[in-house]
Amino acid sequence: MSDNATTGTLRVKTGLAEMLKGGVIMDVVTAEQARIAEDAGAVAVMSLERVPADIRAAGGVARMADPTIVDQIVGAVSIPVMAKCRIGHFVEAQILQSLGVDYIDESEVLTPADEEHHVNKWDFTVPFVCGARNLGEALRRIGEGAAMIRTKGEPGTGNVVEAVRHMRTMLEEIAWVAGVREEQLFTVAKDLQAPYDLVKWVHDNGTLPVVNFSAGGIATPADAALMMQLGCDGVFVGSGIFKSGDPIKRAKAIVEATTHFEDADIIARVSRDLGEAMVGINISDIPDAERMQERGW
Amino acid sequence: MRVGVLALQGAFREHILAFEALGASVRAVRLPAQLDDTDGLVIPGGESTAIAKLMRTYGFYEAVRARHADGMAVWGTCAGAILIASDIVDASSDQEPLGLMHSVVRRNAYGRQVDSFETDLDIAHLGEPFRGVFIRAPLIESVGEDIEVLARHGGLIVAVREGDLLATTFHPELTGDLRVHRYFLDRVVGAR
Repeated sequence: MSDNATTGTLRVKTGLAEMLKGGVIMDVVTAEQARIAEDAGAVAVMSLERVPADIRAAGGVARMADPTIVDQIVGAVSIPVMAKCRIGHFVEAQILQSLGVDYIDESEVLTPADEEHHVNKWDFTVPFVCGARNLGEALRRIGEGAAMIRTKGEPGTGNVVEAVRHMRTMLEEIAWVAGVREEQLFTVAKDLQAPYDLVKWVHDNGTLPVVNFSAGGIATPADAALMMQLGCDGVFVGSGIFKSGDPIKRAKAIVEATTHFEDADIIARVSRDLGEAMVGINISDIPDAERMQERGW
Repeated sequence: MRVGVLALQGAFREHILAFEALGASVRAVRLPAQLDDTDGLVIPGGESTAIAKLMRTYGFYEAVRARHADGMAVWGTCAGAILIASDIVDASSDQEPLGLMHSVVRRNAYGRQVDSFETDLDIAHLGEPFRGVFIRAPLIESVGEDIEVLARHGGLIVAVREGDLLATTFHPELTGDLRVHRYFLDRVVGAR
């Protein structure tokens, strides 16, 4: 790096998320899947050991991916590579930064390593994305240094209902905070358990201070366009692509539906003949203790 | 005078807001027909591979080349600077440049995201230093004879102009400083 250049600034961290907007970030577990995702038009890939549907099926402790797999994925594609670490597991995060990933997802999809504290993300040069179900959770994560938020949904279900719930909750709470009187903000911050300065920022600007994607249950082009019309900045698709009958075709279709999310003619065209979608799970069939969205504090 | 911002993927909203703040007439361009009454086009930052695939699927290569031949000005930022070049070094397998500007551009030339940076730049015609935000930025490795180099950082080219074409490898749309947008409107689109 040459003279007077500064790395790892908040603007540089949030800036990469800005460049991903309007795009699809796809879960991949091998270099081959990463190449398929890039060819389909993904803006980034998310490296993990197993997709959420398989984590759910396998049970046990889910951890960061093997560094060899992360290396292979980093070497296989030219788009940004993200990777998941466990909530609060700052050593997994240190390892992922050392491997050169472009974004770390401190993710509820993996088994939490700390049931009280998240990673202090200000300690890192690499940016972080974190999950949130509501405004308070989003602002706590941003307060800890997250440079991008994704609403959680319920991962590995192929069921978009929780993604919709969380996005609507987030947007309704933002509108509410923007509408209250300034002297109410201290109590709002207390009720949301969120840093006052960030609550004030949301009040003044009527939006989150970072990019907000949607995740957790998106399985079809229509699901992706639904989340975009509701107001997210882009989508994460986890199990929905590589657990379906024709991953390449479905991945391309979800990319096009995310760009043309308001054009029903295009969404109808790309939705044809995609083969079998992943088998979905009804949220009421998942015991409370197995709901990934409950993880994170 | 109307400018369009290619809105397939990336930081198109920030460019639209910047032009609106300058009082310009601006539209999001998602289909080639929307280029018909556009005097200047911005191809924004984003993922150049994803944008290129969507451009091909929806017929933008032919449309942008034809409209540029008719006199439409074009500004590429970051991914856009890659796409308007004549040659891309390290292009992904099917990534074709538009071939508008006589430039050779290398993708991800500064490294990975941990190497992304911001710094002050001296840009020709703009006066005071401009905050350059470089995110997984490309490098303009070489340019043709008729290209004006507007800015360098560490000796490397970061902003160039060739007639009605402008390329920046950094992101003025992320800074709130509207001087490059003003320059594009007044001196590039307006000078045609």
